[in-house]
Amino acid sequence: MAEVKYNWPAADKSSIIGKSIKRLDGPEKASGTAKYTFDVNLPKQLIVQALGCPHAHCKVLSVDTSATMKVPGVVHVHLMRAPKKAGDDPVEIRTQGELIAAVAAETEGAAREGVAQLKVEYEMLGVFVDDQDLAAAEAAGLTKRAGGRVQLETEPDDDVEDEEAFEENEISRLLNESKHVVEGFYGIDAITHCCLEPHGSTLQWNGNKLDVYLSTQNVSRTDDGFAEALEITADDVDVTCEYIGGGFGSKFRPDYWSIAAAEIAKATGRPVKFMLDRDQELKIGGNRPSGFINVRLGADENGVVQVWDSHHWGTTGFNGGTVSQTTIPYVYQPPNYRRLATGIVTNNEPSVAWRAPNHPQACAISQTAYDDLAAAMGADSLDIFRRNLKNISVDGKEDLYDAELKIAADLIGWHTHWHPHGKGDQQGSIVEGLGIGIHTWGGQANTSSCLLKVHPDGGVESYCGTQDLGTGTRTVCAMVLAETFGLPVDAVKVNIGHSTYPFSGASGGSTTVGAVCESHRRAAQDALAKIQELVAKKLDVSADQLQVTEGRIGVPGSDKSLTWKQACALLGIQPLEVNASFQRGTESPLSNSGVGGVQMAHVAVDTDTGVVKIKKIVAVQDMGLIVNPMSAKSQIYGAVIMAIAYSLFEQRINDPTTGAFVNSELANYRLPRLGDIGEIVVEMYEPESERARGVIGLGEPPVISGGAAISNAICNATGVRVPVLPATPKRVLEALKKARV
Amino acid sequence: MAKPPKDNFSRRSFLKGSGAAAAATALTTQVASTADAQATATNVISEKATITLNVNGTDHTITVEPRTTLLEALRYHLDLTGAKPVSLDGSSGASTVLIDGKPAMASTTLAVSARDKKIQTCENFAGDAVPQAFVDHDAEQCGFCTPGFVVAVRAFLNANPDATEQQIRAGLNGNICRCGTYANVIQAAVAVVKGGGNG
Repeated sequence: MAEVKYNWPAADKSSIIGKSIKRLDGPEKASGTAKYTFDVNLPKQLIVQALGCPHAHCKVLSVDTSATMKVPGVVHVHLMRAPKKAGDDPVEIRTQGELIAAVAAETEGAAREGVAQLKVEYEMLGVFVDDQDLAAAEAAGLTKRAGGRVQLETEPDDDVEDEEAFEENEISRLLNESKHVVEGFYGIDAITHCCLEPHGSTLQWNGNKLDVYLSTQNVSRTDDGFAEALEITADDVDVTCEYIGGGFGSKFRPDYWSIAAAEIAKATGRPVKFMLDRDQELKIGGNRPSGFINVRLGADENGVVQVWDSHHWGTTGFNGGTVSQTTIPYVYQPPNYRRLATGIVTNNEPSVAWRAPNHPQACAISQTAYDDLAAAMGADSLDIFRRNLKNISVDGKEDLYDAELKIAADLIGWHTHWHPHGKGDQQGSIVEGLGIGIHTWGGQANTSSCLLKVHPDGGVESYCGTQDLGTGTRTVCAMVLAETFGLPVDAVKVNIGHSTYPFSGASGGSTTVGAVCESHRRAAQDALAKIQELVAKKLDVSADQLQVTEGRIGVPGSDKSLTWKQACALLGIQPLEVNASFQRGTESPLSNSGVGGVQMAHVAVDTDTGVVKIKKIVAVQDMGLIVNPMSAKSQIYGAVIMAIAYSLFEQRINDPTTGAFVNSELANYRLPRLGDIGEIVVEMYEPESERARGVIGLGEPPVISGGAAISNAICNATGVRVPVLPATPKRVLEALKKARV
Repeated sequence: MAKPPKDNFSRRSFLKGSGAAAAATALTTQVASTADAQATATNVISEKATITLNVNGTDHTITVEPRTTLLEALRYHLDLTGAKPVSLDGSSGASTVLIDGKPAMASTTLAVSARDKKIQTCENFAGDAVPQAFVDHDAEQCGFCTPGFVVAVRAFLNANPDATEQQIRAGLNGNICRCGTYANVIQAAVAVVKGGGNG
């Protein structure tokens, strides 16, 4: 058989790829019948509730479970972050919410009552949570160098004795010689993932085999995590996740509470459901690091930045990291820069990946400085953002960004609505403004395998250990198979979400759509080649003359063709089975990496109340070949709304004295509601030059630059920088007051 | 079967027990966060009650504890898991159901108080124009908030069959979606009004 050349059909030859197809699992989700991990009820299951530590830093000396065990309905108590027996060393707890003990009971109510009856002895320890106060953190000895980089056009001579002094002098000289200099402070608070389905599992043992329903972004690789912790092997663990209620980067591991669930199930001989409650989900279910920065930048007479000097800090919790310095300044990269970073150790849960790790913070704390340059010059921000495209960190994307900036400017009415910063019309107490942010992301296809079966009766089914986070992965798999075979989407059965299926990588970093397109297209093209060989023989033509159209395989323009069913009947009595694998990093005509994107915001600010309203956000996004425009557009809408969330509403608030995470319920952990989003306009940018690159992931990029765009729009409206996001009414009023003094 | 007497549980002793539990635990945990498990705990000795719930047109007789929420009854006793446990204080809207036609949070309603009432969950609306519009306008990503949102939209449009987009934006703020499907939900609700799906 001739070697199969993997490719995508041209845009005008595609019947399904590039068309809006409704998600296949939509009816199940909309009717409440889709079963998530939380929804799986196993016969005789126990419900677990856990005690989260009320203190942000302490030692757990002992846990008295005797009263708990007397509560009717309580079956078992499992000690977690606590001494396991009298005489054991105390266990240090470094963040509020760490789980001390779990109570398994017949009902949720009994489990909660059991938790309330636990008697815990604590020894209190000192607390530090103020991640914005670098001086206080340094005084407390809670800072760590978090790397840095210096790049100067002028290299020091070999005989320079003190390189740091040279760099300091050179940066001072460059700033002194700059036509325009901006000094600024910017920041963005830590936020949580706040998955609506909390982290957790429903599981049971069948002999020595563990069956786990796990809310996970990593179906194929969490069996190993259970196996390692429980001292069995991965073949003894089956992980299932048909539906997941949000992950956003926080659900890659089994987590210690799901390991505990397996131990409780073992100890009691019963199935166990152990899901975090809302308070625990916010405290320990995942958070994104904060970032604060002091910047000096110098620009030439055209507003092109020539030198950037920054020091930023923040916290990733008690492991003491911060936003990576590699993304500062963001997208833009002047010829001379120094960027230093310091991590702060705080009594918070260590951060985990949050949709586009580092990028949203880096964008919000550096592209704001570029906008302040425009304000200082009295220049149009769009001109400054465009002129600085000559110095960006992503090679060859200058024209792409320029094209996307032009499209976005047209869609938001930039030239009609823009005014110099703080110089717009005021209607009562309301002022309006426009702002810009630009972003980049990789989105390279992950490793993925697909087992494809084509039955002699024409039936098609596929198996792949990937998962659908709500991005429409299931539907994309079906679209790729259906396109290849010339069938309607509902004629193929896609099976995902089980660890027993062929391996497919975790859904993180916008790697899934590329991954499943690679494995499914390869499997389908391989299968089609075999079927076409049989058809060619039957029709007495050569296989390369054959084409697939609307359920038939044949020679175009002739009557030599077979229906799909007739073609499959040539397989004989056994189904055709094809395995196809794609290894991450392999050069391929089907997928690629590296996207750009531009967002612009139009806001209205009430200078009396400090309330910011989104009037309109425009998101222009490229993503190579667009497989399903409908779900792609939804992804972008959703990402923009998440950006509105961290720009105006959500923040982790720690009490400075006790370290308590005081807003860990949805009543006060503010998220935007349906009425808060304004008008969102999505433009998917797919010129043939981009489409020809192949499929590239989309999950992360559109969440990145909304923060800078909204912050810059507030500044354009008011003439005042609200330095730290979210721009809550309190912060807006404080900034306005400070500016008036 | 005969309806059990209504007074086999007492709201007063329920609340009293709850306070006692909080006081007892305060002795050993110096700092009591409002969010602690203790705050929602009860110390009442469970006296189970056998009740009949009318859910989606069918009577179900179940035995629950007085503290069992309607959400727990639906999910654990009837295996109707459309209504979701996202925030037990009801601030997410994910457990929205209709009780006698009015939207209510199943997570903040006790099962015993829902006796003699007609309860409708998301599962009841499978053939309705609202879930269909959610599918048509892709108003669902992870989908965990979707059932609550579907019921909320149904209830809002029942009360406001000719709602404008402005009214939809103003009137559906009780539900949280973390994936950000709001733009699509607005389109779906507008489409239901325009398509006459409220008749």
